[in-house]
Amino acid sequence: MRLINRRPRGLGIVASAAIPFALALILYVVASSIRLAENPDDKLLPDLETIGAAIERVAFEPDRRTGEYIFWIDTAASLTRLATGVFLAALVALLVGVPNGLVPWFGAFWSPAIRALSMIPPLAILPILFIVFGVGELAKVMLILLGTAPFLMRDIEQRVRELPREQLIKAQTLDATSWQVALRVVLPQVLPRLIDGVRLSLGSAWLFLIAAEAIASTDGLGYRIFLVRRYLAMDVILPYVAWITFLAFTFDFGLRRLNRRLFPWYGA
Amino acid sequence: MIEIRNVWKRYLDKTVLEKVSLHVKKNEFVTIVGASGCGKTTFLRMLLGEVEPSEGSLVVDGEPLTPEPSVDRGVVFQRYSVFPHLTVLENVLVGLELSHARWLGRTFGRRRAQNEERAREMLAKVSLERTADSYPSELSGGMQQRLALAQTLVVAPRILLLDEPFGALDPGYRSDMHELLLDLFAELDLTVFMITHDIAEGFSLGSRLLVFDKPRVDPHNPDLYGATITFDLPVGHHRRLDSIVDTMNVKPGQE
Repeated sequence: MRLINRRPRGLGIVASAAIPFALALILYVVASSIRLAENPDDKLLPDLETIGAAIERVAFEPDRRTGEYIFWIDTAASLTRLATGVFLAALVALLVGVPNGLVPWFGAFWSPAIRALSMIPPLAILPILFIVFGVGELAKVMLILLGTAPFLMRDIEQRVRELPREQLIKAQTLDATSWQVALRVVLPQVLPRLIDGVRLSLGSAWLFLIAAEAIASTDGLGYRIFLVRRYLAMDVILPYVAWITFLAFTFDFGLRRLNRRLFPWYGA
Repeated sequence: MIEIRNVWKRYLDKTVLEKVSLHVKKNEFVTIVGASGCGKTTFLRMLLGEVEPSEGSLVVDGEPLTPEPSVDRGVVFQRYSVFPHLTVLENVLVGLELSHARWLGRTFGRRRAQNEERAREMLAKVSLERTADSYPSELSGGMQQRLALAQTLVVAPRILLLDEPFGALDPGYRSDMHELLLDLFAELDLTVFMITHDIAEGFSLGSRLLVFDKPRVDPHNPDLYGATITFDLPVGHHRRLDSIVDTMNVKPGQE
């Protein structure tokens, strides 16, 4: 049988997906033990026990100074910022993108401005955000919002324009007003695309979140990583990075499932 | 009922339609044939209100045609006529809900139950009552077009515009659709304009056949002159045509 016709089945699918992870883990353990054999005080590649102890310390024991469980405090703070920023961005994308794509006069006003706006590198205006909104939560949320909303707005606008002209005409022959076309024809068809757009922009949302936390914050996953970097605490940094990756992966997976559940007609 | 007076449609460097004049009475079934690029679809889109004529006027019952699509003119396109995000039932229901609930576009409670009953009756007419809860993507092409007809007719338009509605269907299936369309035409108070690329369909289905063609062609500049109605033939109604054909077949034997 040709190679292109052979497919993994059952256990083969799980195994082939797990092997790269297992290889990475083995490689790490080997490299770590080589370095530690040369210098037991090496901090760059701590062994799994050290990492386990660090996780124990930050996640399951109260902090000696504050009495808080640092890891969960950080997670809650970061996720709150991320969710608020992305939710607001999605909301703005709908409120601007749908009229932009559907109402010619609205689009004529806002489309060029948004195209220009989306060219501003969000990180370049981070100092401005800190100056204008202070170093509190607002500036961080604004960075995520400004970083992800332009892409989502333009994506939604484009999706609205891609809807077959026939559907809009058809709705009008069924006596729909502009508002009803937006509400009953455009909005429901754009929502699953918005969720897909959010999935795509979650990567940059994390980037902006961690950048903002690294610069001015007192908690959060990004703050912690940049804080312990000073002590070369790889035993904390590595689990934090793995945790962020896991969270990002879970959100992506969850949103995909949500899309399929809420919009069974989508993609068919 | 519909009076079209000397209508032209020009784009920047192109004339699509020229000197189109037509008078169509209520309850006529007009079929339109012609080569592709001969302005048939432009003509239909003008009747729909989607395209404005460059010159001339379209008058319906003494009133100038509204320059945008409206509820008195229903339409079925070759594709994309139904809403993919609504179930079969919702696709028919939506027309009834839109004109009743101006803000939400949805009805609830007793009103919704009444509308649903009407929608189901309409679905039964096109034999789709058993797939009421499916999404259009789960239906065959022919079923989707039947749904599109039901969706259009449930709001009782006076004029029905069809743009090659059966063009993508199997020939066998097409004759079933013809029967359905003629039944609905007989039952509802309709005036129909139907574009087809199938000449036989044009002759057999309608009561009047229009042929669009370019009477003048400049070989150096094919877009200079537009198309117009070159033939306007009264044709037999489907069943009547059959009987005409029958008598023609019988005649040689009698003589």
